[in-house]
Amino acid sequence: MTAATVRPDVPISERGPAPKSIVIAYGFWIFLLSDFVLFSGFFASYAVLGSATAGGPDAKAIADLPLVSGETAVLLLSSFTCGLAGIALNARHARGFQVAMAATALLGGMFLLLEVGEFARLIGDGHGPQRSAFLSAFFALVGCHGVHVTLGLLWLTTMMAQVWAKGFREDVRRRTLCFMLFWHALDIVWIGVFTIVYLLGAYA
Amino acid sequence: MSDRQGSGHTAPGNSGDRSPRAALIGYLVGLALSVLLTAAAFCLPLLGIVWGPAVPVALIALAAAQMGVHLVFFLHITTGPDNANNVLALALGALIVGLVLVGSIWIMAHLNDTMMPGMLEQMQR
Repeated sequence: MTAATVRPDVPISERGPAPKSIVIAYGFWIFLLSDFVLFSGFFASYAVLGSATAGGPDAKAIADLPLVSGETAVLLLSSFTCGLAGIALNARHARGFQVAMAATALLGGMFLLLEVGEFARLIGDGHGPQRSAFLSAFFALVGCHGVHVTLGLLWLTTMMAQVWAKGFREDVRRRTLCFMLFWHALDIVWIGVFTIVYLLGAYA
Repeated sequence: MSDRQGSGHTAPGNSGDRSPRAALIGYLVGLALSVLLTAAAFCLPLLGIVWGPAVPVALIALAAAQMGVHLVFFLHITTGPDNANNVLALALGALIVGLVLVGSIWIMAHLNDTMMPGMLEQMQR
């Protein structure tokens, strides 16, 4: 892997295919963009149905801003610790990697706990997804993000186990880098969720 | 780094040839900017320094800025020539997201406008 270097004198068309690590990460980037398109559908349905409350609570009534700021803080911090794990991965520092990944998992788990608690409270108050079109759209959008975080946690722990069992092998490295892209992308989607659902709901 | 082998491309998320120290500083800068923008978004309406009707626009601008911060500092999307593929794919994704969002909101608002009085109540029954 170290033999080849950047060769600006050779035209791009004659340099041959890009190395596997780039092809895989680029393909995963395309998947992430298609995931953004999926979320845009949920955002659009939320925007369209936001006022269809059928006499039930509206966005202002269900926006619990202290809770949402807590969710935002832990998810943002988990994105940061995920970046630290990436640095440790590049430096092949096993202990630093495991610690940073464990911190990421902990913060992601806290986010999920807060979100499940919020959902349970809403459903307990009779404000479940079946109450109104607005609440259906709300649970679909926020729940879809929550499902992504859950799958991300599964993936995260899998990568911790693989690095622990197999070390920093090239294929393990590639998978872990894809996971990190995924985790950062989830935080980008969350920016849209807390702005459009909670902040605009509470203040607009 | 092993991910740059003269193909003229860089994978998204690859921080390039930076030392761990430089990479850490990059993440710290990104985190600081993100915290700043998030805090601004949550506090802005409470402080009352922005004219009421302009608050939604300000919030969306803050969100867009924070997404940009995440793309640059966490996903390492740059304007460099080795990043052209990543940026082009991102532009296509943003275009489709924009079309879906603006198109849906526009069309549905238009349909609501052209409904006859009482039709909505009948449909909701």
